Amino acid sequence: MKTDIILAGVGGQGILSIAAAIGLAAIENNLFIKQAEVHGMSQRGGDVQSNLRISDKEIASDLIPFGNADIILAIEPMESLRYLPYLSRNGRIVTNSAPFINILDYPEIETVLDEIRKNPDNIIIDADIIAKNIGSPRSSNMVMLGAASHFINIKFESIENAVMKMFASKGNEVAEINVKALQAGREASKKMING
Amino acid sequence: MKNILLLGDEAIAQGAIDGGLSGCYAYPGTPSTEIMEYIQRNKTACENNIHRVWSSNEKTAFESAIGMSYAGKRCIVCFKHVGLNVAADAFMNSAITGVNGGLVVVSADDPSMHSSQNEQDSRVYAKFAMIPILEPSNQQEAYDMAYTAFELSENLCLPVMIRITTRLAHSRSNVITKEQKRQNELRLPETAKQFILLPAIARRNYERLITKQAKMEELSENSAFNKYIDGTDKSLGIITTGIGYNYLMENFNEKPCNYPVLKITQYPLPRKLVEKIYNECDKILVAEEGYPVVEEMLKGFVSKEEKILGRLSGELPRTGELTPAVLAKALKIDIYTQNAVPDLVAARPPQLCQGCSHRDVAEMINTVTKEYGKGRVFSDIGCYTLMALPPFDTIDTCVEMGASITMAKGAADAGLIPAIALIGDSTFTHSGMTGLLDAINEKSPITVIISDNYTTGMTGGQDSSGTNRLVEICKGIGVEHEHIRVIVPLKKNNEENIAILKAEMLYNGVSVIIAQRECIQTFARRMKSKKSSK
Repeated sequence: MKTDIILAGVGGQGILSIAAAIGLAAIENNLFIKQAEVHGMSQRGGDVQSNLRISDKEIASDLIPFGNADIILAIEPMESLRYLPYLSRNGRIVTNSAPFINILDYPEIETVLDEIRKNPDNIIIDADIIAKNIGSPRSSNMVMLGAASHFINIKFESIENAVMKMFASKGNEVAEINVKALQAGREASKKMING
Repeated sequence: MKNILLLGDEAIAQGAIDGGLSGCYAYPGTPSTEIMEYIQRNKTACENNIHRVWSSNEKTAFESAIGMSYAGKRCIVCFKHVGLNVAADAFMNSAITGVNGGLVVVSADDPSMHSSQNEQDSRVYAKFAMIPILEPSNQQEAYDMAYTAFELSENLCLPVMIRITTRLAHSRSNVITKEQKRQNELRLPETAKQFILLPAIARRNYERLITKQAKMEELSENSAFNKYIDGTDKSLGIITTGIGYNYLMENFNEKPCNYPVLKITQYPLPRKLVEKIYNECDKILVAEEGYPVVEEMLKGFVSKEEKILGRLSGELPRTGELTPAVLAKALKIDIYTQNAVPDLVAARPPQLCQGCSHRDVAEMINTVTKEYGKGRVFSDIGCYTLMALPPFDTIDTCVEMGASITMAKGAADAGLIPAIALIGDSTFTHSGMTGLLDAINEKSPITVIISDNYTTGMTGGQDSSGTNRLVEICKGIGVEHEHIRVIVPLKKNNEENIAILKAEMLYNGVSVIIAQRECIQTFARRMKSKKSSK
């Protein structure tokens, strides 16, 4: 089983933490992983993406080929659309609905969401509000990871453990609230799947 | 033996540590920075006192590495591809001195220019210096090569280059580690005067270097890193270098590749293996990341050879990094793409952070240069290069590290007076200081603004060599004390700062304005760690 995920967002939103969590969980499950990320110049408020591939077989390319991504997982709605050519025939968009507007020509948010809805499989949730409601506004990224967790071929407990482990150095409180964000995201998207 | 998840950069760092490393020398540069950063926080490296402090620039880094090798110990020196230009003098001559302790040069190329001003290919440099290259195709090879490269270096008594490109440097994968080797003991070179490159000795060393070429080729020929994978369909043979192999194989996920494949990861090119695939196959596709180095070698200059396909023949794009898609196209494999990027998706270029001191510096310069008109702000490499973009449009040039000061001087020599040089603190100590001395010696009418945020910001906040000593450095170089002006770039000081810049631009000589305010990223990090340590 292989899962190819494009992680998308804006520099500073924490897509690399999502990648790191999935990576840790994958290794715990003895899966192969390749995860290409962008460092340097484009990190500063620009669009950023990471190509994340997990599989039970060896993986050749660090980059996901066009038309191959099972999931586009975005912390920012417009950014989910930037990588559409990578989405596979049955691919799914899982995105935050809250826009991050740091450019003058950001399109109308409703037209952005309509464009996302054109893809038959889409999960759109407001991760910013969910994160705020649990008292950790900076954890939108973990909410989004939770929302996508249904479609990643790794046991949810493994992802929880990975998040716990990742934030352990920042204290128990921080780790626990991020796991809470993860769970809240998973719940929210479950409701969407079940209609 | 452990299975860990590492970036390509980190795999090299871990491989070097396990391979008996005594010192890492480097200057930050994307995509190479994480090698040193990994060593700096690695427990084994700290416990064993492995050298892991940033150097002022790539040349000083390289020379320190030669020194450590002279003393018998194993070291790596790391930088991005253009950093090798800065270190080139030391690099070229290290092939003439040869090494004592193993010396590994890691040069990280950036095809597609994700964070660079060109896509030069470090393999050309290694060929120029006549030293072996290891070009890993994946993270495990990156680890294994760093682990064994010291022995290769010591056996040949030559520096060895590990050449990587952005995608390997910044991609994570599983790596199985090996047993840790001990560091070398302190041991002076056995060959007398090996490191004295007086012409008479250099000639002898150079002859030795030439003699070693055959041995190097033989090692490539028998290297376990180079693989010949036979195939039944001889209508095409494929030579891949480095990560080109992965993009090729990605296209043969569901069906086997029936073409013979020669996977090159150690150079010089293994002649027998290349001849084998060349003779057996009707056509040869060369898939290499970077310049068409191998393709050009195979093709030669005068031959009208149409058998060799690649970047020169147009089968692969002439510029930019390889991808699975460009390989698919070259192999005439159909790929599925359902969707185009919708028109409404707007570009989101990188930006200076909100609250960044460079923003206030830009505003100050824009206000003052209004009177003089456009075209006189010479800038440099760093976050402040983003002042080239709206809403700032402040700077007119950015060429290479340190060029702001010397280009401003040259323009002033030509009559563009006054000229402004805008440079960051780390770039200034990297290679701005010597240019400033030139300007002082000729009393050039330039105003140098050092936008000092106490860090190497663009690469993520590494230590900057001259922190808290820039005034003393400028005084020492000879800038007149009254024309060294320290300002704090904050909104509330804007008027005062503008007045200072205006006044200094009227001065018919060298002024240095040091605009000091901590990088808000490093500031935030510092506050966070202060909070968590409470």
